Amino acid sequence: MSIDMSQFYQVFFEESAEHLANMEGLLLALDLDAPDPDQLNAIFRAAHSIKGGSGTFGFTDMTGVTHVLETLLDRIRKNEIAITADMVDAFLQAGDVLRGLLEAHQNGTIADEAASRDICARLEALTRNPTGAKNPTGASNPAGSEQAVAAPASPIASSPSAQHIYKITFANSPQIFPGENQLQNLLEDLGNIGKIENQQIAADAVTLSLTTHASEAELQDIFSFFMESGQFTLASQGDAGQAAASEDAGYGFFVEPEQIKAAAEDAQGFGFFVEPETIKSDTENAQGYGFFEDVKPPPSPAPTAQVEEAPQRRATDKAPAAAETSIRVGVEKVDQMINLVGELVITQSMLAEVASKMDPVVHERLVKGLVQLERNTRELQESVMSVRMMPINFVFSRFPRVVRDLAVKLNKKVQLKMVGEGTELDKGLIEKISDPLTHLVRNSLDHGIEMPDERIAKGKDPQGTITLRAAHQGGNIVIEVVDDGAGLNRDRILAKAREKGIAFNDSISDADVWLMIFAPGFSTAAVVTDVSGRGVGMDVVKRNIEGIGGRVEIASREGKGCTITIRLPLTMAILDGLSIAVGDQLYIVPLSFIIESLQPKAEDIKEISGQGQVLHVRGEYLPLIALHEVFSIPPRVSKPEDGILVVLEAEGKKVALFVDNLVGQHQVVIKSLETNYRKVPGVSGATIMGDGRVAMIMDVGALVKLLH
Amino acid sequence: MQASEGKAEGDSRELLTFTLGSEEYGIDILKVQEIRGYDAVTKIANSPEFIKGVINLRGIIVPIIDMRIKFKLGNVTYNEMTVVIILNIAKRVVGIVVDGVSDVIALSAEQIKAAPEFSGAMDTQYIKGLGTVDERMIIIVDIEKLMTSRDMELVESAVS
Repeated sequence: MSIDMSQFYQVFFEESAEHLANMEGLLLALDLDAPDPDQLNAIFRAAHSIKGGSGTFGFTDMTGVTHVLETLLDRIRKNEIAITADMVDAFLQAGDVLRGLLEAHQNGTIADEAASRDICARLEALTRNPTGAKNPTGASNPAGSEQAVAAPASPIASSPSAQHIYKITFANSPQIFPGENQLQNLLEDLGNIGKIENQQIAADAVTLSLTTHASEAELQDIFSFFMESGQFTLASQGDAGQAAASEDAGYGFFVEPEQIKAAAEDAQGFGFFVEPETIKSDTENAQGYGFFEDVKPPPSPAPTAQVEEAPQRRATDKAPAAAETSIRVGVEKVDQMINLVGELVITQSMLAEVASKMDPVVHERLVKGLVQLERNTRELQESVMSVRMMPINFVFSRFPRVVRDLAVKLNKKVQLKMVGEGTELDKGLIEKISDPLTHLVRNSLDHGIEMPDERIAKGKDPQGTITLRAAHQGGNIVIEVVDDGAGLNRDRILAKAREKGIAFNDSISDADVWLMIFAPGFSTAAVVTDVSGRGVGMDVVKRNIEGIGGRVEIASREGKGCTITIRLPLTMAILDGLSIAVGDQLYIVPLSFIIESLQPKAEDIKEISGQGQVLHVRGEYLPLIALHEVFSIPPRVSKPEDGILVVLEAEGKKVALFVDNLVGQHQVVIKSLETNYRKVPGVSGATIMGDGRVAMIMDVGALVKLLH
Repeated sequence: MQASEGKAEGDSRELLTFTLGSEEYGIDILKVQEIRGYDAVTKIANSPEFIKGVINLRGIIVPIIDMRIKFKLGNVTYNEMTVVIILNIAKRVVGIVVDGVSDVIALSAEQIKAAPEFSGAMDTQYIKGLGTVDERMIIIVDIEKLMTSRDMELVESAVS
């Protein structure tokens, strides 16, 4: 029976990518002076999971790298080696190499083998020669010292877990180990965490005893990569020192193999296993260890050490439980649900419209039912939409690394603050915002934050700060990239604008000057570094953000810093709009572009010869666009003073749109015209109104551009 | 669809026939999704005259093309008798307005003759052949080729 592994590849790729991201985040958060054992364990687990998965799927190159990585991590988390900044660098690099290998496997391309070899060599060097290995601090550990040969390295420090001897029996069959390597991998895995003795490999079963620091749960972890839980038995024979002693004495202390098996089965059933000779351990199990813990503590470590450990273990045990409460669902399934709910909303509003013409007294029950239907559909819509919502942390989480690497490269000191990582927005937006945001952050770091000595000269903290802030504001998501650097330089931008031949007035406002940096090909960087010369200009940032219905604003103060604000709609599927009538046609104008609507007086409309008309409103002259002319529709009213003017703002410009009438405000489901037709100039999409008719959604940005 | 076309000689093809002016056209019935009346069309700004606009077909936005205007045939009037054939072609849903839907007929391969070079309303490259049923001549149209062509201005790539 051979299983087609390829069907699980995608899951492995996704999971490994998550593990890598998780590992990176943890590494960056690690406090080098006092590493949190929980975090170290989590990093180790991530590496280990990748190794296990890649081994199962036969991606040996990944297994190789993770193996070396894991070995070093393992020693760190056992306090054998103190973690150094150099190691964190190496780990991050290893993460990158692994990501490269993963992508190579995913896309079927060839990975960079040299990079794998380099990182393996670097990690191995660190493992062999850790700078500043920790000296044993705790008192002597009789078990450890006697069996020191077992551990790959030197004396164990204050680690509360002493060595255990496990008697391990597992089935050996081609189903479990399709290739010879697989069994070797498992044995190697075991060899890494302890010393294997009395190894007997038979055709159908393997027995061995293992002396290790690892807990039973950890062993189960290793085995579960290779086989089902029923196919192996682990039996602890207790404290190494004690076992050795009892062996020496020839005392019939060992439990018979059958009993061990039974005990191990118990362990699977209850999740913990009480060692026969240590009834005392009951109390500790009651404290919630959740798995077997050696209860014969070496004489010296104070009991408090164990008590402290208990909650930590409990916390780590919780993690897998939390993971099981979520499921992986294809995006297309969710999108289909959103579409269907969109249809439901339309049908519901159609029914509501029909019912509104009926006599509410006669049809009381129908009207009541429809009111309830409306409420239910709205709630359903909201909850379905929320499925697509993801915390912005998915984007933010990459920035600590980006900032760290870039700061090192540029010799700048920068700290990154992130606020509101939990702010949720549409998955589609998350994907599209990540590149522009990366560019903005890199820009701030490269051009905004000054060199440390320059900052000191200015009386600032030598360490610059970049703040990423996300928040909901009204119907929008607002993301800010704030730096406390030099700020934008008005003179330099204007000089550049002059060079580029951009026309401007000398009394141009600061806000207009800042907007110039979004012009294509505009770069004021004195030196083009590989950071700023990446081909993605600010114009692309702006275009990308406007492409998803967002806006960019800049605020800057010379010497104080610069704030770039991105405003995004909550979702791309629903839009708040104002419906307007021109002739017999109905159009939807997205509410976010509308500043005001007004009925002009004839004297407010001025004619500019050959240029068309302008509207004079509160001291401003706004160009007038007649929608019926743009869309070639015969209008009902031809004079602006008889109709309505809607003042719109897009692309930083204001215009007055002349329409026949305002009809109402709606929340509309955006539908693409391109599914069955093609792109229509001036129209960004279509929607279905309450009466079942189609209405076009105006592309205000394009309309404003039309004018210039 | 491909398989059925490649079957034995005697195998017949089912066609939906419709009239445009005095001419009768046949299209592969498997491309037809449904037939409905002409109703509630929303205009598309600055589109050619024969593109009447879009309708809401159970939540799908479907463009409607008036073949009578496109090929300058028949009387362009819209009333409760006006018929729209909803087609499913090239993964798109498109509606066409015709004078009337007449029949579903089965034509065997030998009943279909190659089209001569003639000056009809439609370019000969979209005509698969001519069929004869009860002394009526039916022009068999490759509707998929026609609708995705540059002439119809329906598909982005064909237009640009």
